[in-house]
Amino acid sequence: MTSHRSVRFRRDWIHGWLLLLPAMVFLFAFTHIPAITTIINSFYSTPRGRREAKFLGLTNYERLLDDAVFWKVLGNNLWFALGTIPMSVALAIVMALWVNDKMAGRGFLRMAFFTPTVLPLIAVANIWLFFYTPGFGLIDQLTSSLFGWSSVNWLGDPATALNAVIVVTVWKEAGFFMIFYLAALQAIPVTLTEAARIEGASRWTIFWRITFPLMMPTTLFVSINAVINSFRLVDHIFILTDGGPDNASSLLLFYIYETAFRFWETGYGATLTVVLLLLLSLMAIGQFFLFDRRVHYK
Amino acid sequence: MTGRPFSLDQTLNTLAAWLLALMWILPLVYAVWTAIHPGAYEARFVLTAPLTADNFIAAWNAAPFARYFLNTFLLVTLILAGQFLLCTLAAYAFARFTFPGRSILFTLVLLQLLVMPDILIVENYKTMRLLDLVDTIPAIALPYIASGFGIFLLRQTFLTIPRELDEAARIEGASVLGILWRVYIPLAKPTYLAYGLVSVSHHWNNFLWPLIVTNSEETRPVTVGLSIFSAIDSGIEWSVINAATLMTTAPLLIAFLLFQRQFVQSFMRAGIK
Repeated sequence: MTSHRSVRFRRDWIHGWLLLLPAMVFLFAFTHIPAITTIINSFYSTPRGRREAKFLGLTNYERLLDDAVFWKVLGNNLWFALGTIPMSVALAIVMALWVNDKMAGRGFLRMAFFTPTVLPLIAVANIWLFFYTPGFGLIDQLTSSLFGWSSVNWLGDPATALNAVIVVTVWKEAGFFMIFYLAALQAIPVTLTEAARIEGASRWTIFWRITFPLMMPTTLFVSINAVINSFRLVDHIFILTDGGPDNASSLLLFYIYETAFRFWETGYGATLTVVLLLLLSLMAIGQFFLFDRRVHYK
Repeated sequence: MTGRPFSLDQTLNTLAAWLLALMWILPLVYAVWTAIHPGAYEARFVLTAPLTADNFIAAWNAAPFARYFLNTFLLVTLILAGQFLLCTLAAYAFARFTFPGRSILFTLVLLQLLVMPDILIVENYKTMRLLDLVDTIPAIALPYIASGFGIFLLRQTFLTIPRELDEAARIEGASVLGILWRVYIPLAKPTYLAYGLVSVSHHWNNFLWPLIVTNSEETRPVTVGLSIFSAIDSGIEWSVINAATLMTTAPLLIAFLLFQRQFVQSFMRAGIK
């Protein structure tokens, strides 16, 4: 009996490993090994032509600390995260509540909210670019005819460029997050809210005391996604502002792209990527602990 | 909430919902407006404005969009086929086999949800140069084929399938892969549909990595093609750019409008753990 079992086990091992092998090869080749070589290469100079990469120690990191553009971009990314995450999550919840309600035209509502999600960010940027055009863009036309404002160069002014990018991102993301809240709402038993309503609880109370706490796992899932997106979504910057003016709307990944593929400084590009990797892991750890205590409702 | 004939609360909510929905759809409606009217009407909204298809024709002729579409189609197919194959095998291993290293390997898979290939552009580009694959469609596809998300999603689905079913198949003499093929895959069809839709729309829309790793007409997907076409200094009319924008998103958009319910349910299914 035991020998039979151990044969079965051994065979399980081999089957398991063989089934995993192809996926693991690709996973290691394009995610885990590059993540490690990024760290190694961040200590080396950029290889040029025949000259091989030279070990530099911490030189790249010293440069990082002195790099005003890096700090600016990091600050921008923080602002971008603060601007996009709470806003798109809040909007997503409101949208989901509306669409989940038996409201007139909910099919249209759902379609309208979700459509931006299926559009490529690059196409979205093209459409919004025209909205922002000074003078005859739609936003300027509206503000001048309604409030008599003079024309504003939303994307060309360092004070507004990043915010203009944030608006586009929220528009694109909120409908996507709405879907997850919609799924969560449909999983909440109707009897629960029904009972509360009979007890005389207001909509507001029901939301804060029942619905919102029950959706906590979704909020965790969505906000992790939102954080990752705030470091990953840079496509629209290429069209809207190209990082400008004077790096006012550049984000970390965009700066990595510029450093590595416009100036071909791959060594320093690796150093910048290490910062991005660090930030992502820090935030994952932080969020895990922050939400951990409050999430166990299920 | 229903049953009451009139409530102020409900009315205000409906109004606000509609207002937001109209705001949300406005950019798209606007893009359609400029694309189907002559350039002179791009900021003048008169109902009597003449309709035209010229913008689409001009856009189609101004850049090799047919080729870009073909590239995107090949790219999305390649990625989806690779993902289905690799993720299925890996998910099956995690769901039904016990072997040393299982939990650590699974953690490594989940790690990819955080550290995506999207941000490892510098090193992945070096790898592609090493493999001599720069400026090929496989180079765009390869980093995404072993998808941590796909493995996770399929594993969760496979775990819900009762073990008695594969015991039964085993007794009938089915092999390990036979069981996967005849029991697991058919029962996981809705998950495959959901994952497929999410994956196709994601990679149809992907931009940064394709931009880096391609540099010719023969490999560029539509997103990169569109960005080059509408580069700020190209001096092309707005209405033509909007026509091109709509054209490149049309296949997804039409598919979405036709299969809205399935799309939304797929995204929902993909999001629930």
